[in-house]
Amino acid sequence: MTLPETFSPEQSARAPVLVAITSTSGQRRRVPRPVRRASGVVLAIGIWQLLSSTGVIDASVLDSPLHVATTGWQLIRNGELPSALGVSLQRVAKGLLLGGSIGVVLAIIAGLWRFGEDLLDAPLQMLRTVPFAGLIPLLIVWFGVGEKPKVALIALGVAFPLYINLFAGIRGVDPALVEASRTLGLSRIALIRHVIVPGALPSLLVGLRFSLGISWLALVFAEQVNATNGLGYLMTNAQELFQTNVIVVCLAVYALLGLGVDLLIRTLERVLLSWRPRFQGA
Amino acid sequence: MSSHTYAVGLATAVEDSVPAADHQPGLAVQEARPLAVRVKNLVRSFGDRPVIDGLDLDVGAGEFVALLGPSGCGKSTLLRILAGLDTQIQGEVACARRRAVAFQAPRLLPWKNVWRNVVLGLPGRPEKARATQALAEVGLAHRGNAWPATLSGGEAQRAALARALVREPELLLLDEPFAALDALTRLRAQDLVAQLWRRHEPAVVLVTHDVEEALLLADRVLVMGHGVIEHDVSLDLRRPRDVADPEFAVLRKQLLRWLGVG
Repeated sequence: MTLPETFSPEQSARAPVLVAITSTSGQRRRVPRPVRRASGVVLAIGIWQLLSSTGVIDASVLDSPLHVATTGWQLIRNGELPSALGVSLQRVAKGLLLGGSIGVVLAIIAGLWRFGEDLLDAPLQMLRTVPFAGLIPLLIVWFGVGEKPKVALIALGVAFPLYINLFAGIRGVDPALVEASRTLGLSRIALIRHVIVPGALPSLLVGLRFSLGISWLALVFAEQVNATNGLGYLMTNAQELFQTNVIVVCLAVYALLGLGVDLLIRTLERVLLSWRPRFQGA
Repeated sequence: MSSHTYAVGLATAVEDSVPAADHQPGLAVQEARPLAVRVKNLVRSFGDRPVIDGLDLDVGAGEFVALLGPSGCGKSTLLRILAGLDTQIQGEVACARRRAVAFQAPRLLPWKNVWRNVVLGLPGRPEKARATQALAEVGLAHRGNAWPATLSGGEAQRAALARALVREPELLLLDEPFAALDALTRLRAQDLVAQLWRRHEPAVVLVTHDVEEALLLADRVLVMGHGVIEHDVSLDLRRPRDVADPEFAVLRKQLLRWLGVG
């Protein structure tokens, strides 16, 4: 750095204090990202194991992670867990498909046409505030005790977050881009395909994130009433037999499913929203 | 009107809305040249307030017209009407069918990479080569695969120009396209527009608030006010134009006076 020629020690009293800006390049990625992301979970399980083996947590209240894992392995070996998981996943998939399509179709109708909004938005906003778990008795009266009320409950829980987020996403598309596209001669269909849908996609993915989370919640409610199989049934049954280990295994499975959903959404976001510069976190 | 005193330009005030050529039968051949824009008695009101109030305007094919005017005088509204974006109008407006717009902001779709933005809306399945060719004209051939969000302001604005040009417009509408650029980038962009205009010869309507920009680029400078074209000055300054040219300075001063400055 060159100093001004008139620089003299006498001036140093007025000179500002300089602070070095340290480079952060190369500081990142010393530890691979997946390892860093797993560290919190590993730490929590480690503390749990420590508290169990030192006897701070009584085994009848909550068994040690090691014993829970053994129980989980047994449930996998004897086929109970895989079959329960299979049944539950099927219910969630059906509910998601049904509720998701309803939510998306309604949001598209209300989002693209003002008439659709006037017709649909008010009743949907009213219905949305009804706690969906409170509808279980009604659903059982309507659909009996088979698969139908369970799928219907999940569908109900899933439809609203998708509707609300996608509707807001469609209405939030930058009007400047819509205008520019019109000057390029895009037809209405092309406008929806090239501008509206990609513009609303970030909101749709937020809605999907909520929906997937709610679908597991709805599953727990649905399967603890009148179920003869599935994860929720496994848990209710274990509760009656005081098998805390089985309950904890089921909870762990829910947690893993949640993690899987998160991974799925992250992947979708990475692929579908690769155009979007993001704040990466400090 | 004082503009008649300038020898440098065929200056004509058009408050009476009579085309300039009617005064000079000798220019009849020029008058016969096809129009890219014809506006007669245009009115556009926002609420009770007419922003454009009985405006007449002809722009010849291949003519470069700059539209000046104080902020809020309706020049951007006029451009939006010519672009077909604002149709709440009375009066007669006819524009060339193939027209393209470049806005003040580039307005590229952030989810399509640059070359797909350039060919968006073209009929059929346009090939990448077509976009690359247009991008090469604005010096962006190497950025075709980039996301718009990764472009600098000047690059994005040039990409928007390429998107307009790839449509081979007969009428190019520019709404202060350089206003958001830094001074150096703006000079380069103005130069680029002049080159592209010479090569493709579209009629251009450039909305700007920069008097020098208007004088550097245009065949004709219009000053808008009170809802009409208040002043209409044809320039026959030699191209490329020089800000240091004394004639340029005289015109600049006159335009600034019309705009209520100086």
